[in-house]
Order: sequence, then C-alpha cells, then structure tokens
Amino acid sequence: MFWQAVSLQLGYNATLVMIGAACLGIAAGVTGTFLFLRKRALVSDAISHATLPGVGLACMIMVTLGGDGRNLLGLLLGSAVSAWIGLLCVNWLTRRTRLAEDAAIGAILSVFFGLGIVLLTVIQTMSSGRQAGLEGFLLGSTAGMLWNEAMVIALGGAVTLALVVALRRPMTLVSFDPEYAAATGHNVARIDLAIMGLAMAVTVIGLKIVGLILIVAMLIIPPVTARFWTDRTDAMVIISGAAGGLAAYIGAAWSAVVPAVPTGPIIVLVSFAGFALSLLLAPNRGVLAAVLRHRRFQARVHLRQGLLAMAQGQPIYERYTMRILRRQGLIAADGVVTDDGRARAAKSLLDEKRWEIVRADQALEGAAALYDGLRALETVLTADQIADVDAKLGAPEGLT
Amino acid sequence: MVMALASVDGKTASEDLASKPLTVRGLTVSYGEKPAVFSVDMTLTQGRMTAIVGPNGAGKSTLLKAALGIISPLAGKALVYGQPLKTQRHRIAYVPQRASVDWDFPTRVIDVVLMGLQRELGLLGRVRARHQARAMECLDRVGMRDFAERQIGQLSGGQQQRVFLARALAQSADLYMLDEPFAGVDAATERAIISVLKSLRAEGKTVVAVHHDLATVAEYFDDIFLINTRKVAEGPVESTFTAENLNQTYGGRLAMAQIDQLELAAG
Repeated sequence: MFWQAVSLQLGYNATLVMIGAACLGIAAGVTGTFLFLRKRALVSDAISHATLPGVGLACMIMVTLGGDGRNLLGLLLGSAVSAWIGLLCVNWLTRRTRLAEDAAIGAILSVFFGLGIVLLTVIQTMSSGRQAGLEGFLLGSTAGMLWNEAMVIALGGAVTLALVVALRRPMTLVSFDPEYAAATGHNVARIDLAIMGLAMAVTVIGLKIVGLILIVAMLIIPPVTARFWTDRTDAMVIISGAAGGLAAYIGAAWSAVVPAVPTGPIIVLVSFAGFALSLLLAPNRGVLAAVLRHRRFQARVHLRQGLLAMAQGQPIYERYTMRILRRQGLIAADGVVTDDGRARAAKSLLDEKRWEIVRADQALEGAAALYDGLRALETVLTADQIADVDAKLGAPEGLT
Repeated sequence: MVMALASVDGKTASEDLASKPLTVRGLTVSYGEKPAVFSVDMTLTQGRMTAIVGPNGAGKSTLLKAALGIISPLAGKALVYGQPLKTQRHRIAYVPQRASVDWDFPTRVIDVVLMGLQRELGLLGRVRARHQARAMECLDRVGMRDFAERQIGQLSGGQQQRVFLARALAQSADLYMLDEPFAGVDAATERAIISVLKSLRAEGKTVVAVHHDLATVAEYFDDIFLINTRKVAEGPVESTFTAENLNQTYGGRLAMAQIDQLELAAG
C-alpha cells in the first residue's frame, strides 16, 4: 500500500517534471543553435552564473515585503534582471575595452557567482526556514515541483520558442555574415542581444530543473549534436530542439525511476550520450565516416600509384600497395602481373598522358582544374573531347 | 576636424546630389586613434564602374564599409542618391570579402542567395516558388546554377565569390559595392564576375569595387579612385590613372618597372 502511494505520488510529480523538462529541452536546443552558430556558446555560461545574485536579492525583497521568499515567478524575475545586467556587462567589456570576450566572460561569471553565494549565505543566517531550497537553483531540484511551477516553465519555453521562430532569419543572417547584415540595414548589436536574451530566458526557465551550473550543457550540447547530422540551418534548429527535448524527457524519466538521482545531471549525461553517438556514427561528419573515407582514399591512391609503376616497369616497394594490387587480382600470388593487371596499368598510363595534354591546353582549363591524380578523365570530358585529346597524343612529338 | 567638416558641408549643399548614386563627404574613420580613412570625399557617377585602388592598409575596405554604415565613421557622411543612407539601403547591394565569413556554416548555396531577398521575405514570409526562381536566375547569371543544393563548404574560392555576387544580384539594387571581388579567384571566375558587372553597367546600374590588380584597372573600370588614407585622385581612368598619381598613392612601394608595364594614361 505504502509503495503504491509513493509511486502514485512519484507518478504525478514525475509527469510534471518530465513535461517541464521536455519543454525546457526543446527551447534550449533551438535557442542554443543560434548561440552556437554565432560562436558565442560560452556567453551562456556567464549568463547562467549571473542569475544567482538576482535569485538571492529577489528572495530578500519578497521576504521584506512580507511575501513568500520562495515564489518561483518572483525568483525567476530576479534572476532574469541580474542575468541581463551580467549580459550587458559582458557586451560592454567586449565592445568598449580591450578585453577579449573570454576574459570578459570569466570576470563576469565569477564575480556574479561570488556575489550570489554571499547573498545566499546572508539569507541563510538572516532567517531560518523560509530560504530552504534556494541552493536548489545551483544544480536544480525537481522534488516537490508544483503544477503552477511546471506551467511557468512550459509557458516560458513556448514564448521563447515563438520568438526564435519569428527572429530566425535575422539571427541566421547575423550569425553567418554580420557585415552583410549590417549593410542591408539590420541592427547587428540588437540582434546579438536578442540571441543572447533568448538564451537568458532559457537559462532562467531552466533554473528550477537543471540549475544554473548545468543549463549551459542544455544550450550547447544539442546544437553540437545536431551539427553532425545536417548541413542546413533550419534542419539543424529542428534536430537540435528534438535532441534537447528528448534528452531532457528521458533524463527526467530516468531520475524519477531511480531514487536519489538528481534530474539535471542525468539530463546532461543523456544529452552527452546522444552527442557521443553522433560524434562516432554520423554520416559525413562523424569520426567513423571520416576514418573510412580516408582509408578508401588512401587505397585509391596506392592502387593508382601501383598501376602506374607497373605500366612503367618500376618496382613497387610498398607492402600496402602490393596487398591492394593482389586483392584486386592485378598481381598473382607469386608476384607476376596478371592480364587484367596489365590492361588496367596500360589504361592508367594512357589516362595520365591524356591528363597531361588536358592540363597543357588553355581551352580545357576548367577540366584541368579538376586534376587530382585519381579522377577518371571520362568523368570530366565527353567522349568527343577525349578523342580530340587522343588525336593530339598520337601526333608525332615535333608537331605538338 | 569639426571645422573641416563644416566647410565641406557648405559645399555639398550646392551640388546636385540626387543623381549621384553615392556621395561621401569629409569621411574620417579611425580604429583607436589612428585614422584609417581621413577626410575623404568621393562621388560616384551613375552607370559607371569605379575601382577603389590603393596600397594595403590604405583604407579601401574601410571607406566602403563606412559608406555603407557597417562601421560608424568619426566624422563625415555618405549620401545615397542625395538621401540619407538609412532610407536608401534597398538600393544598395554589398558583396563583402569572401574571407569575412565562416564557410563551414550549415547552409546551402541557394540559402545564401535567398538571404538577398530577406527584405522582401520579411520575418515570417514563406519562401515561395517565385523567390526560388529568382535565386536560381541569379545563380545562373554567375554560372553557379548546378551548385544550388551544395553545402557552401564544398565550394572553391572563386565559386564562393560568385555565390556572394549572386546574393547581391538577388537584391535588385541600383548601386553595387564590392570588396575585393577578384582577390584569390581563378581566371574563370574573374571572367564570370567582370561580365556580370559589365552587364549591370549596361542596365544603367552603378558599380564600385575595391580593386587590387593594377594591370586590369584600365580594362575593367571606367573611373578610378586612388586612396592612401587620404584621397589622392578621382576621375576617369583615361585621365586619372597616371604614373604620377600612382606614385603619389603608393609612394616608393611601386617599382618604376611595374609602372612601366601598365597601360597608363598620359600623365
């Protein structure tokens, strides 16, 4: 009976957390994409740490006014204000002083975080009991999440998402080519602020679930994951949002099933697992694909060099080359060139001579630019053009 | 500096600026406390191609960017068809330096060209078939139709430059401003670009380009604007592209032997 009650209770809370987390994950993935494309991913770290003093101050103000010091909406408003101030500070330092952005981020991040910790400590000594749970904003705490808290998160996520959709074109343009954006009348500074302001909104919304230290991961990992799977911005935004939402949902479910496991860190780990898989397995940009591509290319180079050496009667020293020639049946096991090998070698040499003609010919400049020692001439020129080249090849030396 | 500006302002009022695609007056741009462009006046003429020529670090690109409002000048102003830049941006198309962007950005050739239609598309407007068709037309003009679906990272330098030009064409502007369009491109691209620019001129458009190669100035351009932080000379190539002006622009950096090889105007 007891167990059932707990699981029912757990079920309701888990559902709230999972829905809230998924909304947050989608909003973070989508927003983070533009932060990543603008190459400002680390700014989110400064933003998130800058929320802490706001949380503390908001709590103090609410208590002073006789309200509940833990009202989520009030705390989030406070954190938004201080994060915005931190963001403006980073911007100002980067634009107006000789400080590089990384130094500005480091300075703001640590100062604001330090101030926040001081405020939290002060609150703890001021009055006991009411402040409980503020530390939860560091790493997130989903236990006992309320219905209206989940609604704040879901609504905030939806608004953020809508704003991203509305601003996607200018944000993409500024990320790709800020000079052109400025020349066509876009206010680059303002659009940059919008990109980072949206990231700030996500950070504030995510404080309750993952906390300010790990929210950065939700903004950065999904876009990095998405980049492995696509070469298009709009697809990347969608994949990133899906990856973020899925990781958050699975992470929240997991932490609900396994007792005493914190939600935020689990979400980050699940998200990282998605990144690791993408890093390894993604087509084109994945590590495995790159290794395979390189191996195939290497084999082609060795094959070509081996064939040319055979055609010109030169010895082949490299073992790898011999192995490839044998595997293709161009050289027999005893090291004698097969008929097939002789034919292929002769063709390779002919190709090479044809290419020489092509590369010397001004009129075939476009084709000559494609020479890489491997490409078959047939893929570059038409049969007629090759016949022309052969005509030049056949002509006596003195005439060409 | 302020005094110098005031006197220039008095002069501009009397000229007929509405017919001039671009008028720059008393423009000074400074990085830190070293002016890159100092008190420069420039006037472009409708339907002509102008080369901005000068040594490295002479402020050629800076002049262009300041005239476009990409960087804010310390002093001076730019008028487009006699009007403030802000109200005339839609009449200007800009082709930035190829190296100014990250070509590993996740986007396709056609998407880059569609960026030239942003003004028309607005924030939420859908990309319709006619927009696609316009973009393809522009790619066709620069000989890049077959590359529309390619990721931009797969392009050669010359192809990248042509995509940027296609994006500018999509804007259907009256004034085309190009920053080193021929830098580091292959011969085929150079030919393609110059033929597009000449066709723009034939349509009555105005072209201004930062140009590096003194050997092709006379062949490609009508007017020349020589700059080395300050304006050295400005006018038709036939009368302004002289050994004397070049010497004044480049100082001792240009060997006499180099100058002798150029088809210069009698100076």
